[in-house]
Amino acid sequence: MTTQITERGTGGGAGDDRVLRDLHARLVDSAQTAGLLDVTYRVVDTPVGRLLVAAGERGVLRVAFDVQGHEAALEELAARVSPRVLEGGRRLDPVLRELDEYFAGARRAFDVAVDLRLVAGFRRQVVAALPTVAYGTTASYTEVAGVAGSPRAARAVGTACARNPVPVLLPCHRVVCAGGSPGRYAGGAAAKGTLLELERRGVTG
Amino acid sequence: MTEPFEDVVRVHGGTVLRVCRAVLGARDAEDAWSETFLAALRAWPDLPVGTNVEAWLVTVARRKAIDEVRRRARHAVPVDDPGATGTPLVAPDAGPGSRDLDLWHAVGALPGKQRRVVVLHHLGGLPYAEVAALVGGTDAAARRAGADGVAALRRTYDGWRTEEGTA
Repeated sequence: MTTQITERGTGGGAGDDRVLRDLHARLVDSAQTAGLLDVTYRVVDTPVGRLLVAAGERGVLRVAFDVQGHEAALEELAARVSPRVLEGGRRLDPVLRELDEYFAGARRAFDVAVDLRLVAGFRRQVVAALPTVAYGTTASYTEVAGVAGSPRAARAVGTACARNPVPVLLPCHRVVCAGGSPGRYAGGAAAKGTLLELERRGVTG
Repeated sequence: MTEPFEDVVRVHGGTVLRVCRAVLGARDAEDAWSETFLAALRAWPDLPVGTNVEAWLVTVARRKAIDEVRRRARHAVPVDDPGATGTPLVAPDAGPGSRDLDLWHAVGALPGKQRRVVVLHHLGGLPYAEVAALVGGTDAAARRAGADGVAALRRTYDGWRTEEGTA
């Protein structure tokens, strides 16, 4: 596993890259054991582009689309949750497996714990209510406002959806305009269309 | 600090590895690297904003590496300070928050290249050839930047100490 570094003071290069990768993995493991892995993340390829998935000890904190800026998402996590942020580790295995199954059309709901500490107040009520919109169906902003207890707050529901810290897992993509058009989406209109189409096929197929 | 620690590992991981290797062999250097970054991860949220991260890490790394030398030396013949190499500019326990804070500020105020050379050579214990590989340029240029940096430190630091003494 360790490359041969027989000489002190060699210029580094590919050998060192591998050593540093191994050392990084070891650091993530020992941080987890020492209770210092406050936030861990990975970036995965999906049909809606590269997704950043980040989790704390209590659950998934963030799912971010490429267009939202992964760097910005990590900086927000560091500032608002903890700067002890490292990439990798086993903690994300369950959620990444469920996302794989979802994108393969083999999963309709997510079982992993979600930590909504990045969102507060009414917005939090809205995103927490999103799983009531079933897989393969859609609801209007007004309908979701009703479920969240404020039928007249359709506009605020739109904002809450746009700021959903864990899109895909909490399905804001199922909230559409009353006229039936998909409406805006944090991951871009194309991503919203892809997810809705995926679920339509999942229901009929 | 509020910056994600992942960036710190990516940016400074290679330098810390070189510092550990300068004090220890390759295999023990990896253990010292691990201890350095675990300790740094623990301290990271409380590290004051504006700290010179590279200098801080290099100091932690050197201390961890010297601890390792001491640990091994203890099993052989006990000696006072088997790990010390060269003349440290900062006491082994110096760091942000210690009484040598003035020197940290002075090091931080050096021009970019001088600062890195002083940190890597004098704090990190890296030979000039390796310092040059990290900062760019020739060995001779690194040596010159190091000498200029130390001369500048003497001027500012001595100035401050004289002021304190006469106050």
